[in-house]
Amino acid sequence: MNAMPRQRLVVIGNGMAGMRTVEELLARAPVRYDITVFGAEPHPNYNRIMLSSVLAGEKSVADIVINPRDWYAANGITLHTGDPVVAIDPAARTVTAASGRRVAYDRLLLSTGSKPLMPPLPGLDLPGVVAFRDIADVDAMLEAAAAGQRAVVIGGGLLGLEAAWGLKRRGMPVAVVHLMPTLMERQLDLEAGHLLQKDLTERGLHFFTSGQSEEIIGNGRAEGLRLADGREVPADLVVVAIGIRPNIDLAKAAGLSINRGIEVGDDMVTSDPHISAVGECVEHNGQVFGLVAPLWEQAKVCAARLAGDVTASYATPALSTRLKITGIDVFSAGQLAATDEADSEIVFRDASRGIYKKLVVRDDRLVGAVLYGDVADGGWYFDMLRQGKALGELRDRLIFGQAFACHGGGGAVLDVAAMDDTAQVCGCNGVSKGAITAAITAKGLTSLDEVRAHTKASASCGQCTATVQAILTHVTGADASAPEAMCKCTELGHDAVRRAIIAQSLKTQDELRRALGWNSPDGCAKCRPALNYYLLCAWPGEYQDDPRSRFVNERVHANIQKDGTYSVIPRLWGGIATPAELRAVADAADKFGVSEIKLTGGQRVGLYGLRKDQLPAVWDDLNKAGLVSGHAYSKGLRTVKTCVGSEWCRFGTQDSTGLGIRLERLMWGSWTPHKFKLAVSGCPRNCAEATIKDVGVVCVEAGYDIVVGGNGGIEVRVTDPLVRVATEDEVLEYCGAFLQLYREEARYLDRTAPWVERVGIAYIKGRIVDDAAGRRALHARFLQSQSFVQSDPWAERAQGGVEAHEFKTLAVVEN
Amino acid sequence: MSDWTSIGTLDDIPPLGARTVETPLGQVAVFRTADDVVFALINKCPHRGGPLSEGIVSGRVVACPLHNWVIDLTTGVAKAPDQGCTTNLPVRLDGGRLWLGLPAVRKVANG
Repeated sequence: MNAMPRQRLVVIGNGMAGMRTVEELLARAPVRYDITVFGAEPHPNYNRIMLSSVLAGEKSVADIVINPRDWYAANGITLHTGDPVVAIDPAARTVTAASGRRVAYDRLLLSTGSKPLMPPLPGLDLPGVVAFRDIADVDAMLEAAAAGQRAVVIGGGLLGLEAAWGLKRRGMPVAVVHLMPTLMERQLDLEAGHLLQKDLTERGLHFFTSGQSEEIIGNGRAEGLRLADGREVPADLVVVAIGIRPNIDLAKAAGLSINRGIEVGDDMVTSDPHISAVGECVEHNGQVFGLVAPLWEQAKVCAARLAGDVTASYATPALSTRLKITGIDVFSAGQLAATDEADSEIVFRDASRGIYKKLVVRDDRLVGAVLYGDVADGGWYFDMLRQGKALGELRDRLIFGQAFACHGGGGAVLDVAAMDDTAQVCGCNGVSKGAITAAITAKGLTSLDEVRAHTKASASCGQCTATVQAILTHVTGADASAPEAMCKCTELGHDAVRRAIIAQSLKTQDELRRALGWNSPDGCAKCRPALNYYLLCAWPGEYQDDPRSRFVNERVHANIQKDGTYSVIPRLWGGIATPAELRAVADAADKFGVSEIKLTGGQRVGLYGLRKDQLPAVWDDLNKAGLVSGHAYSKGLRTVKTCVGSEWCRFGTQDSTGLGIRLERLMWGSWTPHKFKLAVSGCPRNCAEATIKDVGVVCVEAGYDIVVGGNGGIEVRVTDPLVRVATEDEVLEYCGAFLQLYREEARYLDRTAPWVERVGIAYIKGRIVDDAAGRRALHARFLQSQSFVQSDPWAERAQGGVEAHEFKTLAVVEN
Repeated sequence: MSDWTSIGTLDDIPPLGARTVETPLGQVAVFRTADDVVFALINKCPHRGGPLSEGIVSGRVVACPLHNWVIDLTTGVAKAPDQGCTTNLPVRLDGGRLWLGLPAVRKVANG
């Protein structure tokens, strides 16, 4: 018996479109071809859409690899990375790579992708100018960010904004220069574009709209960008992200029919019948492509054709856009605005919540949607737009979203049960709800990762993850959203528990666990500390703190070290100490055999290596010199770092040390969801590093800039500006109110940085800056809460005998 | 064969808390659960030797304060996927008084 000889398929381009075609082909005709893949980059196939997440530090390069090298091996594919093809000989049917390697083909697939569009600017070749296209570009940008340089991004479209935001997240000052008056003008209407600019400005990006770039200036390397109107933007890094153009060089040299891209028919075949093309390098019916959804559709059709299906035919699907910037929700599809009298616009605007929705309706059908701030219904609108169903009675309620329009209210809960089987869930991969449910049922899938592996749903940009998870939950009945539950004792999440504490007036842990159906009578090590905090915060002076629900450090008011000894760190208000205080610290160190004294990162003195039973005596000695607990162990106020300010410094504009001490006196002793650090700098030189603290105050001649939500930990986050105020008293009121808002609304173990990112600085400004009565109420609640906790825990234990059993051995049994 | 030694009373240990006892075997942690059952373990987490007496007690387990390993009070065995075990010792509650069972010491006559 003669087996049919395998044909040779050569793929030029190891990117998303090419490899998706290969994957689809292997699924249809696994043995038809011997496949060879050439890639110019030295990496295996990765998800280019997620480069912005790598830049922003949300993902690593390893996270975005789609097919690792062993996938190629397992499927018998020969892979040549870092070896770009330099020539095609269509007559001989061979390709030649840069290394000189020559490979013959029966069928050739071009998936050469695109190149960054570069404007004709003088200075474009200077070092320090990069595009935003591949891993090498991201590496160059990260290097600049690490060096603490300034960046300017040319281009305020999807790509440019994601690049700018990623750099900002890495701590760079970033300016965006955009040719048009509003951002993302191809995807957003004017109003949504303005909202986006406002939100991004609040997050610290600077914009030059209607900005025509004229020249990249610099001597030997980029130093800035000059605009046509004469303005100059200083920058050490210039990122060009104005768009892409198809990479047609090889196809052109091979004599294929070319216009803007490589021309293909509905069968994805080029002017040479042995050569197909997919992805950003192609032009179909005069259209070129930049979003991922049509690429997947092309891959499907091309693979079917290569597998022998002579009917598969490509048509560009309807497209929708989302922006991948954490906390900024933007969605658009179809028409952005009414174009003539037959179109009508339905608009919903809630300025204080930063929500804007516009629907464009024509002939009783939805033809366009622009959503800003609340995009939960994006998928639903997009389905209606694609299906082109008559709206009928739905029209009047359409703008309020699926939950209200279809069920008459009940909040914006994701209703996957009501979803049509044909409804598209994953726009990137064109996966319908029906396809997901079928895969879950047929293959017995139980996790999100499995669903991704089998259906590709939510495997590209990840925006539909919540929907896919909800479908999994709906089909299997399992609780796929379990990670959001507080712990294994309950299915409730943190926010639901906090609401229930107030709504049901739950005042003890036992009462709470009974009322909310905890499945273990005394909870666990995960939920007990959270519940203890929530109750303490909700009922100040009333709830009895439970030491047995605290981690050891907070229970014994010292930090346990890896060898089981403890550290003792007294409070030095604003970082100020008297000789007598330092003498007391030194004497205690001598007396208790502390071999080393450490100055901590927060301007304090620490004694290390003390045994637990020594602690009360050490505290007693320190108390006698007027020193109290520095709470260096607590999820509460830690330190207020200060510079010397106008008292000593020739640049100081205000008394930063004095203000720091006032803030510390106001806030010490408070319990918070996680540790809370402050700093006050006396001038914008910012020697106290206030811009990476939970709350920072930067003094200026005209007053005080309050900034919030910074973090200097694993993931550095620069603060967001909150407000500028004129007096110290206002600083105290705003900071107290902010701390109380964080105490009342953040989840246990949330630092302010992720909390601010989650709720958005606009929300926090709304509560603290815009709502004066609300701010004063928050501040008053904070003062009320403080009146119960400002008592030195060391003195209570050293002299007051509180929790005495903690520091004594129960018994000694001798031989 | 155990020698029973009186180490104190139930009231000496707070509910869901622990106290330590110095013994020839090393430091022993004595735990009291919410329902007043008492357990004793050698006070060393099988992971990095963390003092289990400082952990949070719930149900029949204690979470080590250093790296959150969860140890079964009844057996001393770490909860999967972690693997390891610390020695558990018998402890008896008799009319409010606590008795710790230590291996009987075999006195060896020296020369």
